[in-house]
Amino acid sequence: MTRKQKRLAIIGSGMGFLAVAAGLTFYALGQQTSYFYMPADLLAQQAAASERIRLGGLVQQGSIERGEGTHVKFVVADSENEVPVVYDGILPDLFREQQGVVIEGKMGPDGVFVADTVLAKHDETYMPREVADRLKQEGLWEQK
Amino acid sequence: MSVELGHFALVLALALSLVQAIVPLLGARVGSSSLMRVGEPAAITGFALIALSFAALVLAYVQSDFSVLNVWENSHSAKPLLFKITGAWGNHEGSMLLWVLILAFFGALVAAFGQNLPPTLRANVLAIQGLIATAFLLFILFTSNPFIRLEPAPIEGRDLNPILQDIGLAIHPPLLYLGYVGFSISFSFAVAALIDGRMDAAWARWVRPWTLAAWAFLTGGIAMGSYWAYYELGWGGFWFWDPVENASFMPWLAGTALLHSAIVMEKRSALKIWTVLLAILTFSLSLLGTFLVRSGVLTSVHSFASDPARGVFILAILVFFIGGALALFAIRAASLAPGGLFHPISREGALVLNNLLLTTAAATVLVGTLYPLALEALSADKISVGAPFYNLTFVPLFLPLLVAVPFGPLLAWKRGDLPGALQRLQFAFWAAGAAAIASYFLIDRASAVAALGIGLGLWLVFGAVTDLAIKSGIGKVGAAVALRRLAGLPLSMFGTCLAHGGLGLTVLGIVSVTSLQAENILTMQPGQSTEISGYTLRFKDLRPFTGPNYTEDRAEFEIGTDRGGSLGELVSSKRLYTARGMPTTEAGIRTMGLSQLYVSIGDRTEAGLVVRIWWKPFVTLIWIGALVMMGGGFISLMDRRLRVGAPSRRKAPVAVANEGKS
Repeated sequence: MTRKQKRLAIIGSGMGFLAVAAGLTFYALGQQTSYFYMPADLLAQQAAASERIRLGGLVQQGSIERGEGTHVKFVVADSENEVPVVYDGILPDLFREQQGVVIEGKMGPDGVFVADTVLAKHDETYMPREVADRLKQEGLWEQK
Repeated sequence: MSVELGHFALVLALALSLVQAIVPLLGARVGSSSLMRVGEPAAITGFALIALSFAALVLAYVQSDFSVLNVWENSHSAKPLLFKITGAWGNHEGSMLLWVLILAFFGALVAAFGQNLPPTLRANVLAIQGLIATAFLLFILFTSNPFIRLEPAPIEGRDLNPILQDIGLAIHPPLLYLGYVGFSISFSFAVAALIDGRMDAAWARWVRPWTLAAWAFLTGGIAMGSYWAYYELGWGGFWFWDPVENASFMPWLAGTALLHSAIVMEKRSALKIWTVLLAILTFSLSLLGTFLVRSGVLTSVHSFASDPARGVFILAILVFFIGGALALFAIRAASLAPGGLFHPISREGALVLNNLLLTTAAATVLVGTLYPLALEALSADKISVGAPFYNLTFVPLFLPLLVAVPFGPLLAWKRGDLPGALQRLQFAFWAAGAAAIASYFLIDRASAVAALGIGLGLWLVFGAVTDLAIKSGIGKVGAAVALRRLAGLPLSMFGTCLAHGGLGLTVLGIVSVTSLQAENILTMQPGQSTEISGYTLRFKDLRPFTGPNYTEDRAEFEIGTDRGGSLGELVSSKRLYTARGMPTTEAGIRTMGLSQLYVSIGDRTEAGLVVRIWWKPFVTLIWIGALVMMGGGFISLMDRRLRVGAPSRRKAPVAVANEGKS
């Protein structure tokens, strides 16, 4: 092979890898990302039951109900809307009433959100950013 | 007083780094050796000044001087001494100061040990280092000054974020920064070569040890960060594909590629342009990481609240250095003479494959990290990209690389013999294959994928050992001769073996814990027992306990074997740090062999205490493998041929021949 052919071979295989990587990336972005919703969005535009989504909001005052074992029920709310949530597992340290949370899971057919992950942040003055942004828009934000 | 002294030293360091950025560059341009020689004293004095400034900050923390805003925000007089010291870099301002300190440290090393570098190259390298230091010192002094005073001084501080009150903060950030920032040297060398328009094998011999050192530190830093998150967060996960983690992982991938392409450049003087580009990209990814972590643009489980206004400043630094270096590259790269030829099946070919796979894998991580930010900026849609994305993109690209790793060192330069290499690797292949089949049939929960993963990890380990065995002639010559030959092999070969074998150990750990771990969540009353993977765990009691700056509820468990023997106690607790009123979970971990029993406790309910128990088989291999990789890097560094300063003493026919041509 001449120098030119070898260079072409290297560039060609490099392009090949890039094409594979790009293909995988586009496929995965279509399949494996989850959109962020607030309760209002979720009630307005019914998400498909199979779609994995992230729901953010405040844990409503007095809504935390512990069931048997590690089952827990609570309500995630924004200014006007609320979504009931069920979860089975250990809640993060900073999970409490009136605290911003982001939960991941799927919307059940009965309108109850089935969570598989509950995220609260490390810092007690820190809100999940998506939640903080929306609360500011809605005028519910209180700077601590 | 010492605080003002530290502040003043920082301002002086800024002035000095400006001198370091301009004068040697000018000297190299006009060919004045006296101007060029300004670089070294400037770099060393600059480092001393920044070290003084850093010491002043640490002193303010040790003395709990709450008249300093930064100390008041992040410290508490009741904190143990170690956490007072580490707290100095457990916040934005202090950690930026540590960043610059390490940058200046590397610059001073080049100044001190670079005596036999060509003078113009040394001057240019120091000037670029000075320029980077100038940018970041400006950033610190204008947006993130740790020396701002508070009037009147509060009596007590607000305490450090409890998650950070851990020995991990003493180890992880310094190691990580030594890696991240260490790549600035490769970057400066690349830019200096572009300014000079001259690059030869000697250049690669200079860049390799710096890259290797930075890579080894970064490997250790990432591993320590991963272990820290594993035990401190109480979720039992070792890697979350969180943007903050990706920020350190991308430079690692690019740095690994650079490490390998620099070998080709040194030995065969091929891949010059590519190596320069990689050196620029690696440090650019470090800068990008600094931007992502320090600007607060991310929604991230690791990100602490910080000021977004700073982001714009770092973004400007980012654009200036990356844009400037790439523009210079576009103008000058063509002037670098092309290197030697090689056949696709050869050591060079294998290293090119390594580079292609590593860089495309890094690119998928980059897309996964930045895409949500870009989408949000453009369309206000908010999405999150997590593990499933990387399992579909990064993993398929990384697997062929892992399969190919053992072949590389066994192929000859220029033209290799693939069937020959296969034949020499047959022992490793059959041994790994047998282990995979055995684990599929013998281990309860092992799926076919898990068995293949175990086989892959062992293939890497056996392949690495095979390489050494073949090079020392084991099996071909007598045992005594083989042993003598083994002892006589260059240290860098042991380094390669350890790095590749360590990668195999990490793969084994990851496969084993993701596919074979057992998990149990339940509610327990004192006296109750539960069972997991052949161990019993009896919940003894929940007791209150008071620490120096926290109170906690400690759950005590007794570990037993299924035959009734006792393995002692395990304590997991829920802490409340009083100053911030912030709760944390302290996991209870018992290491047994290479595996771990991991217990973290949740809330108390009427039914009892919520307890989460994991059995994590061979989990420690993940970090042990990384430490072995790091050790491989350092052993390789001790090789005489690579030692800093050695190039002038070594006969370098390639370099001479090449210099003659250019």
